[in-house]
Amino acid sequence: MPDRAPLLRVEAVGKEFFGNRVLEEVSFSLAPGEVLGLVGENGAGKSTLMNILFGMPVIQQTGGYEGRILIDGEEARFQSPFDAIDAGIGMVHQEFSLLPGFTVTENIQLNRESTRHNFLVEVFGERIRTLDRPAMKKRAQDAITMLGFSIDPDTLASEMPVGHKQFTEIAREIDRKNTKILVLDEPTAVLTESEAQILMQSLRNLAGKGISLIFISHRLQEVMDLCHKIVVLRDGRVVKEAKPSDTTVFQVASWMVGRSVETRGESRRQRVETETVLEVERLWVDMPGETVRNVSFSVQKGEIFGIGGLAGQGKLGIANGIMGLYQAGGNVTAMGSKLSLNAPAVSLARNMAFVSEDRRGVGLLLDEPIDWNIAFTAMQVQDKFVKKLLGGLIKWRDDAAMTEAALDYIEKLEIRCTGPGQRAVELSGGNQQKVCLAKAFVVAPDILFVSEPTRGIDVGAKKLVLDTIQRVNEELGTTIVITSSELEELRSVCDRIAIVDDGRISGILPASRPAEEFGVLMMGESPVAVSDAAGGNG
Amino acid sequence: MDKVKKFIENFGWPRIIIAAFLMCLFAVAPLVGVRLDTSISDTLVRVGMNGVLVLAMVPMVQSGCGLNFGLPLGIISGLLGATTSIQIATSADAAVKSGVAQGLWAALSSALQTGARSALLFAMAIAIAVPCAAVAGFVYAQILNRVKGEEMMIATYVGFSSVAVMCMAWLLLPFSSAVMVWGYGGSGLRTTISTNGFWLHVLSDFQSLTVGKFYVPTGMFLFFLFMVFLVWAFFRTKTGTAITAVGSNPEFARASGIDVDRMRTISVMLSTILGAIGILVYEQSFGFIQLYMGPLYMAFPAVAAILLGGASVNKATMVNVVVGTFLFQGILTMTPSVINNLLKSDMSEVIRIIVSNGMILYALTRKTQVKR
Repeated sequence: MPDRAPLLRVEAVGKEFFGNRVLEEVSFSLAPGEVLGLVGENGAGKSTLMNILFGMPVIQQTGGYEGRILIDGEEARFQSPFDAIDAGIGMVHQEFSLLPGFTVTENIQLNRESTRHNFLVEVFGERIRTLDRPAMKKRAQDAITMLGFSIDPDTLASEMPVGHKQFTEIAREIDRKNTKILVLDEPTAVLTESEAQILMQSLRNLAGKGISLIFISHRLQEVMDLCHKIVVLRDGRVVKEAKPSDTTVFQVASWMVGRSVETRGESRRQRVETETVLEVERLWVDMPGETVRNVSFSVQKGEIFGIGGLAGQGKLGIANGIMGLYQAGGNVTAMGSKLSLNAPAVSLARNMAFVSEDRRGVGLLLDEPIDWNIAFTAMQVQDKFVKKLLGGLIKWRDDAAMTEAALDYIEKLEIRCTGPGQRAVELSGGNQQKVCLAKAFVVAPDILFVSEPTRGIDVGAKKLVLDTIQRVNEELGTTIVITSSELEELRSVCDRIAIVDDGRISGILPASRPAEEFGVLMMGESPVAVSDAAGGNG
Repeated sequence: MDKVKKFIENFGWPRIIIAAFLMCLFAVAPLVGVRLDTSISDTLVRVGMNGVLVLAMVPMVQSGCGLNFGLPLGIISGLLGATTSIQIATSADAAVKSGVAQGLWAALSSALQTGARSALLFAMAIAIAVPCAAVAGFVYAQILNRVKGEEMMIATYVGFSSVAVMCMAWLLLPFSSAVMVWGYGGSGLRTTISTNGFWLHVLSDFQSLTVGKFYVPTGMFLFFLFMVFLVWAFFRTKTGTAITAVGSNPEFARASGIDVDRMRTISVMLSTILGAIGILVYEQSFGFIQLYMGPLYMAFPAVAAILLGGASVNKATMVNVVVGTFLFQGILTMTPSVINNLLKSDMSEVIRIIVSNGMILYALTRKTQVKR
């Protein structure tokens, strides 16, 4: 199928931002019905390339681009995303661009609604036609069904879990009839494995219908499974173009990072039973989209405890609840004494730290420099980085100590930045995550909660983040509770893994157990195979 | 070249253009018969008068409460301090005269008669105004904490309605000083009260410099810079840092164990207190206390000045305050007099209104460019 005249040709495209070259001589082509996988580390230039393709105003404002883009053999130079849409390019963005107060149907068909004639049209023109709700609902349903997924078309976007939002976005693009090329930027980043599988299948269907896809993902296995062709970008250049059948995941990964990536050893150290540091009983947490209903478990000192499960089942709620960020109840005993919930200050004062899954929303002060981000929590909770003046009456901020600590972590965690004074918003996802980790490390916690530490960051940073977590655990004996949607990641790092389903723990297994057993638990099967050592289950 | 580029980037084009325009006005002034020395003096006096009021924007901006459109609330607290200090002074005068004063009261009364009288009375005005402002600010903060995201609109109306309430209060409060109450009826405060004989120019004339018609209100500047220093220092403390973080990302602050509402309350109280002190500085230079509708539109020039200075809706620095006040007041002083002389007509007041409101409009449109 891919050997027809190319639908899209990108010829020698280059782009400079303020003297900073981000793309150079990028060329590739895309045939109708072909699926092209675009991979590269964060900052390799993928987003910029897509912004050029989609005619985003930011490109014009920063001086345009070099080279040519041809669609159906004709050169296209889009002035705005509207031109790109008219030319048949659909884009599913990394950030959700849904209207929260609108239903799925309304979001999918915004400005393209099915309408009926009414008498006012004679006077005021086409814009005043009546919405044909049943027809709209049917169209929405069709688009969603085409994806092989099921969402109630009347759900409000604000009330949906992230996975559903992602499907809604894709449905919106395929609802547009003239869409010929669909660009998907990290569509599976927020999906669970099963949801991702469904998406893969529906994308294959779309390709079969002649729609060309550009698929950007960090999950290389998906790219290998789905795509006809893989284009690897590194530092703004195409370093390799290959067919998945001719290569392996590891080869692609090494092209991406420009160095060889070793496989993570499966063998885990043997743990000796020690004292219990965290005891959770009948915990409930009212976190929207991640409700925890009844969870009990206990964590040993020095352990790395994993919490896994599908999206929306409540795994993220556990750490948020214990750290006091969402309304919670139940009994939590930390380091021998009962913890009063619903007060972040109390949890922090008990020497627990939290790396939030919501990096930009909760994890960072985006407009403040790196050293502020790293030092702030320690300063407020533990009076670190504070000089006491006038006998403690004035608590003066110690900027020099903050800078020093920041420099230390920039070196240790290989944070790529211009210095401790750079604002967090200017960093790439992976480096932002490292700053979040540094923020937690600097308080020297006894128990560290880490949620989705590798979501949306590239291969190189992923390894560094996981290694760092392990190193802190080994060297400092920090107890770590890590929550992640990626089971393989948990299995490679953790001692024991709890699987959460429907707000309850369906089982706790040692990480060495085969993946299928965890899969069974995730599907909410009865916890037959639970061979739990220390903790109870819900 | 790079240095120049960097400077322009940091300073911002709008400020460079406005500064260039201001320079042009100063250059043109002598040609159309406006005295340069008096113009510069006028500008300096106005900067000193308004500086602390502009500074009153900073704490609320930093805590994410937006621009302090509720400045009239602080101003009213300042007015209470001002009027009460004058009431005390006149009562003390009367007591000394009739020999009623005894003991401590006598000591105080006679102290009020001596040379340090103005300074003491001014300090008293501040001492009364600050607690009033703290209480008003606390209540104001509780309102703002309930309307997160809509602070500026609500603040505007808090300011307006507090002015309306005080219009009644000024009539009803039991002030009796003859210099303040209406001549007929003998009760209720006048709309305009002179500070002459109490604390007129108490700060301005401290170490002031006069060369011909050129006058520098040194004391007022020192006081302004001292206040700037205090606010700067406050934001270097642990609490100040927490307030800045709340303004930058309240969720982050909460996750770091900060009581967001408490930090916002502190910032609103600070802003209100600075407003109260600011109006006292203004009045000692201006020479009059303006009651009733006086405070109604006082927030807008201060808002415009800090925005012109380059502050955004949730970030403001001391440089923004100083630069903004200077540019705004400079333009406001120079444009009417220069244009007036250029056109040989007397419409300075009309021009002043056009220019000041035009600048406010311009400054408010600038704020939309800054992402919240």
